Amino acid sequence: MTTWVGRSIRRFEDPALVRGQGRFTADLPAARWVRFVRSPVASGLVERITPPAGSVCITHADLVGVRPIKPMLDRFDYVPIEQPLLAKACVRYVGDLVAAVLGTTAADAEDIADQVLLDITALQPVMDTPSALAEDAPVVHAGMSDNIVVRAQMCTPGHAQAWAAADRIIDCDIRSHRQSGQPIEARAAHAAWDSSGRVTLTCTAQMPHLMRTAIADLLDMPEADLRVVAPDVGGGFGQKMSLAPEYALVVWLARKFRTSIAWVEDRRENLMASFHSRDLAISVQGAFDAQARLVALSGDVLANVGAYAPYPNTAAVEPLMSFAELPGPYAVAEYACLARGVVTNTCASAPYRGVSRPALTLAMERLMDKAARSFGLLPEEIRRRNLVQQFPHTSPTGLIYDTASYRETMELALRVADLTRFRQRQVTARVEKRYLGVGIATFCERTGYGSPAFAARGMGVTPGWETVQLAMDPSGFVEARIGASPHGQGLRTTLAQIIADAVGIVPERVRIIHGDTDRTPYGWGTFASRSLVISGGACLIAAQQLHTRLCRVASIMLEAAEADIELRDGIARVAGTDRTIAIADIARASYHGAHRFAESPGLQETASYDPLGTFSNATHIAFVDVDVETCAVRIERFIVAEDAGRLINPMIVDGQIRGGVAQGIANALYEEIVYDEHGDILTTTLADFLMPTAHEIPPLEIHHLETLSDASIIGAKGLGEGGTIGAPAAVLNAINDALQPFGAELDAMPATPLRIHDALRAART
Amino acid sequence: MLHVNGVDHLVCVEARRSLADTLRQDCGLTGTHVGCEHGVCGSCTVIVDGVAVRACLMFAVQAQGLPIRTVEGLACGDILHPLQEAFIAHHGLQCGFCTPGFLMLAAAALEQDAWLDDAAILDLVSSNLCRCTGYQTILAAVKAAAIVMREEA
Ligand code: FES
Ligand code: FES
Repeated sequence: MTTWVGRSIRRFEDPALVRGQGRFTADLPAARWVRFVRSPVASGLVERITPPAGSVCITHADLVGVRPIKPMLDRFDYVPIEQPLLAKACVRYVGDLVAAVLGTTAADAEDIADQVLLDITALQPVMDTPSALAEDAPVVHAGMSDNIVVRAQMCTPGHAQAWAAADRIIDCDIRSHRQSGQPIEARAAHAAWDSSGRVTLTCTAQMPHLMRTAIADLLDMPEADLRVVAPDVGGGFGQKMSLAPEYALVVWLARKFRTSIAWVEDRRENLMASFHSRDLAISVQGAFDAQARLVALSGDVLANVGAYAPYPNTAAVEPLMSFAELPGPYAVAEYACLARGVVTNTCASAPYRGVSRPALTLAMERLMDKAARSFGLLPEEIRRRNLVQQFPHTSPTGLIYDTASYRETMELALRVADLTRFRQRQVTARVEKRYLGVGIATFCERTGYGSPAFAARGMGVTPGWETVQLAMDPSGFVEARIGASPHGQGLRTTLAQIIADAVGIVPERVRIIHGDTDRTPYGWGTFASRSLVISGGACLIAAQQLHTRLCRVASIMLEAAEADIELRDGIARVAGTDRTIAIADIARASYHGAHRFAESPGLQETASYDPLGTFSNATHIAFVDVDVETCAVRIERFIVAEDAGRLINPMIVDGQIRGGVAQGIANALYEEIVYDEHGDILTTTLADFLMPTAHEIPPLEIHHLETLSDASIIGAKGLGEGGTIGAPAAVLNAINDALQPFGAELDAMPATPLRIHDALRAART
Repeated sequence: MLHVNGVDHLVCVEARRSLADTLRQDCGLTGTHVGCEHGVCGSCTVIVDGVAVRACLMFAVQAQGLPIRTVEGLACGDILHPLQEAFIAHHGLQCGFCTPGFLMLAAAALEQDAWLDDAAILDLVSSNLCRCTGYQTILAAVKAAAIVMREEA
């Protein structure tokens, strides 16, 4: 029975946050502050580092016995690369860590850092994939034979035959320019040494347990001597998931100087040296039969992964995800793909909300629109003919798509959109020289996957499962200690709703404890749209166990059959009678009168959940108005039809969609990390990296279907990334629709005014 | 001397120290957040002498003697400010890092004129950046709070 699941209750997180009583890493005072000295050149040999007299300046030579970061992938075609915490002999991108200086305040440390003289012999950098792949390209990592870190290739047996028999082949080459997640809270770390020799690292992290393991390994210290706390975290979007070398250095410094050390990244550092993402070029070719059905697909993925590999995902995460998930929601049987990850002298690429799916969805959705035009079909019609409709469906790369509603969701979005009416308006608008366009994006989003999915990637560290430790205390309150680590997703509320229903209490009596390795069981943290599904699943199992236990004790206390006990609203009742007892009294008795029951004392339950994964799905429809004079794009209307299974808290679900779509629109139109040809980064303030404001993000029309799949025991599928995945393709398709009268096409994002202008010009000449 | 939320703080800071850093580190008022230090994101917004300012762009010494309000002073004891209530009710925050800045931005504007129309509220809200919400729920919250503040006025 659900009383709380499905309701938009207010978030338990909010009262403290609106009062300014959130506790963020940068709020902590520290004895010493660290400032990192970073490389001003993209590629070079470090000859000499000269700190100002009397300063504390740590360089690679000081880090005796400290290991480099070296994420592993168990694949023959992956070349592991090393990242020393501070540059050993070479620097590999602008922003690379060269030295660490200490000051008594952040400003003091910054002053000292400015006085450190770096003597670096600059070398020719490789900045993009074409130059990194050139015959005579310098190698970014000495010892590698070329700049390719991962190379995956496959071809299904029937591909050539299907290709030969196809009615026509449609090509599409898309380019996703470099992105960055840019949480408003930049990264920060604070390490406090105590006299027992233990260090508490408070940091902006999405994976506190793994940070602890990783840092203890790098510094060769017992894990027990390190506690990692992720307090309130001001957004992550993937950027705070990967191990930051700075965090390990802060711990090293705290141990070395036996004090507390703080590092608060500034925005410039964040834009230059936190993780980037989605620097991808994807070429797809679709072989269609005469009925416009996609019979075979070929893909070529080139990912510029930057200079280093993020831990734990490795530098292969973007190319390999593109490789595995390129077919998307379409029922294509034959598939060939080559995916390569290429290192360059740029900041390392790491997962950012959606990872490579915004780009691969752009490729597939542009392909479908181009094919539709070639066949003289409407965009929605070609999708009807190609969307997966039989479930479970096995993709050519072996992914199993569980029950979903790809077609129904699109039809729902189309009903809301009323495209017939819009297309009439589009025609009349053209007469007045206004260019309107509509774009559809359909996609599925792989979410909530456990260890089998990560094991299939061959990751040296195989994340996936989650554990919850649930305890009802003698007062009848429940504490759930989880390994997941939310940072804005509202899990303290949604998990409480799940537990409240399963136990029979109100959510206000449930406290979710997270983000502290001393207080929570080992777990993988919050990323990849997984926490609600996996931690939520573990919470449900543990709460059901607790429910059973409470019923057993209640049956003794009420002298009734266990099967007759109902728990609801904090009361245990013998069904159909007025014999009741408060759950809090059962809790009290379970501790203080445990001798009366044939049970282990107390009320603790532990459960783990490790699912295969589930696919949510959605259709986005964007309506745009393109000003062909200024090349500005205005989004007139944006529709999202989403099926993420059961909605636990619809308000929070919609919030995830809104935030995701905003990042997707940003990706589609505005945001881009830009390097010049010397390897200098040009986008180092938020006045250069154009994050949208309220003016740029339109209201969304959100509609839900709730297909329940047994791939998730709570019935909910993940949806944290979907907004970001679908929006760029919908917006780009809409722009292309608007530009049709000019014969102009644009397959690169962000679709900045300059790129639109160039596309129009190219069409004219 | 800084007068913050009705309390006097005697602090001794370098001339170059920003008001944001001073509030956070010298006055212990960490509710004011710093997101960019470039004057772009607005996370650091506080109210100085009735006007919303970017505390990362103002030196502490410039605020000497002026009444300063930060997010910690917005609620009246247990009673939340209508904006705080509305942000919760309309899901105007997710991670909550940008929230103090939006609250102070809107408080300054609505206390001056609770009759701002939707276009003016859109202009107002577009002063600050939020990475989590996509802004629509922030707009809804500010509009809802404006109605409450009109009634209270
Ligand atoms: S921190 Fe002041 S505007 Fe961003
Ligand atoms: S709520 Fe996270 S930045 Fe606004």
